[in-house]
Amino acid sequence: MRPRHTNVTVNILTSRTRVRQFRRMTKLHKLSGRFLGLIIASGLSATASAQMTINGAGATFPYPIYSKWFDEYAKVDPSVRFNYQSIGSGGGQKQIIAQTVDFGASDGPMSDENLAKAPGKILHIPTVAGADVVTYNLPGSPALKFDADAITGIFLGQIKKWNDPKIAALNAGASLPDQEIVVVHRSDGSGTTYIWTDYLSKISAEWKQKVGTNTSVNWPTGLGGKGNEGVAGQVKQTPGAIGYVELIYAIQNKMPYADVKNSAGKFVKPSVESITAAMATAQIPEDFRFSMTNAPGNDSYPIAGATWLLVYEQQKDAAKGKKLVEFLKWALTKGEDMAKNLDYAPLPADLRERVLKRVDEIKM
Amino acid sequence: MPIAVAPERPAVRSTIDRMAPPSGLGDKVFKWFTLAMALAVVALVFLVGWQLARGSSLAIQRIGFHFLATSTWDPVAEQLGALPFIYGTAVSSLIALIIAVPLSIATAVYLTELAPLWIRQPIVSLIEMLAAIPSVILGLWGIFVMIPWLRDHPFPFLKKIFGWTPFFSGPIYGVSMLAGGIIIAVMILPIITSVSREILRSVPNLQREAAYALGATRWEVTRIAVLSYAKKGLFGAVILGLGRALGETMAVTMVIGNTPQIRASLFAPGYTLASVIANEFTEATTDVYLQALFEIGLVLFGITILANLLAQLLLKTMGSTIKSGAVQ
Repeated sequence: MRPRHTNVTVNILTSRTRVRQFRRMTKLHKLSGRFLGLIIASGLSATASAQMTINGAGATFPYPIYSKWFDEYAKVDPSVRFNYQSIGSGGGQKQIIAQTVDFGASDGPMSDENLAKAPGKILHIPTVAGADVVTYNLPGSPALKFDADAITGIFLGQIKKWNDPKIAALNAGASLPDQEIVVVHRSDGSGTTYIWTDYLSKISAEWKQKVGTNTSVNWPTGLGGKGNEGVAGQVKQTPGAIGYVELIYAIQNKMPYADVKNSAGKFVKPSVESITAAMATAQIPEDFRFSMTNAPGNDSYPIAGATWLLVYEQQKDAAKGKKLVEFLKWALTKGEDMAKNLDYAPLPADLRERVLKRVDEIKM
Repeated sequence: MPIAVAPERPAVRSTIDRMAPPSGLGDKVFKWFTLAMALAVVALVFLVGWQLARGSSLAIQRIGFHFLATSTWDPVAEQLGALPFIYGTAVSSLIALIIAVPLSIATAVYLTELAPLWIRQPIVSLIEMLAAIPSVILGLWGIFVMIPWLRDHPFPFLKKIFGWTPFFSGPIYGVSMLAGGIIIAVMILPIITSVSREILRSVPNLQREAAYALGATRWEVTRIAVLSYAKKGLFGAVILGLGRALGETMAVTMVIGNTPQIRASLFAPGYTLASVIANEFTEATTDVYLQALFEIGLVLFGITILANLLAQLLLKTMGSTIKSGAVQ
């Protein structure tokens, strides 16, 4: 038996006609023939009712709401399917430049340098916004208030104790212990850190000069935690710790977070409303590459930022482009109304109008 | 680990001789197929190295040797020095080995030499289960269970006793180089234990019987007849563990504190090469920054290869009197 078996194996590897002969000898071929027929048939029917797939990649922060949008939109237009990979803003920018995706997504606007690398004009479509909140671990979790001076002082490592006069002056009622402040920041590159450092750079010349704005920076002090959960974990575990996390994460995990004094001198509680208020008063240029930290207005929460979809103004594939524009219009109207339920801040009405007008300018 | 392959070839030949009729084609296909697979693995190593070097060419040109010699990591100013990461990887791996090696080898000795038969299998299964825990789960356990415990009990104790040395001084946050080393130790324990156990099991019983016949005690038998006989193999097991320790990422990132600095104190937070890549790669947008992260990968690749080469060299110089048979 053994030599014959070897021969058969070799035949399969060398000659297709012999394979057919071999199969004819066995009963197997009937079965496989039917199976093949089935594959061909199903393949044909699949191409007949071809579903269009639009691919996107990028930011992780808006992933929950984007996937909700794609789910809901599948009911509105079943002929198109969205596939979104939340690989991070850096990856989203790189892939839209390389044209390996139909749209990108980023938590920060693209730099001029990166825009110049793209083969065509890339439009920034703001979708929703979020905020960073200051969270802390103190005995009794008192409600605290911070201003620009206190936050920069702590994160530059100049305010070292909780009972520092700069913190005490803002929180007259709270009992602040004589305890070391342990600063916790994000260790992974993130849009959250971008918003945080963008805010600090705006309110403090020293921060701007020493540290600057980026998705990850050279921190003057503190411990690094990976992700919102890493920062939250370290803050919860370390007495006297202070850190920043996304508002959504803080709400969903019931963490204490502070009110922050805005540029109008008012203490504002971070919320979906105070973020949208900040977006309404922020200076927004025609290309929608804006920063909304430290926005003016009584109701604006100062540490907030938007997230963007990135699409080419000139679409290569007309059919796909048309579907993408239809989706964007839906997202900016119906989609925006779903944002609040997921704790994302929707765009204010006038900004929506401006963005919709820009979406209309996408060419096929 | 050097594994003696010499006797295999004649054995294969004789099997071929016994086979009839000798068409030979099947064997040729088989030979070329396995050769291709073996070459593919070699090619993969070179491709990874080449790709890493290519991906970091701009950073290598722009930053040059400073990359390996400076310790500021500032992506905003694009001042990128990898020294703290190299230091962190080396120190955390060293701590892990210091903790894991005695533990694993002692466990392996107990399991092969001393433990009653009924207890061996359950312990072996448990150790293998430890290897199956995903890294990120260990990391979460690290944050929520290990770190608070370390911060409240062993660390203050260490500080009280060894606080006069620079290694155990300074404030205790919990997240630290030492915590990183401990979590790596937990992760490399299973592999060192399993490999050591296999090696000790392969020590011929004649060795032990000869030692007993000379009137040796159990400890002496283990030390002279077993451990010294299996020395090379155990060293190989440790090197396998080191290889894993250098590359551990997720769990380490979650407990080491992720601060690029070089501090003598093991209570201070640190950072490793693998961690900084995992942390910063997804959101790096500028060219030099991204390429510097590639270069970190290249450095880690180089360190791993260097560690393996050194191990090979050590093995060669180590006790040439011992026959390599012990390693099998």
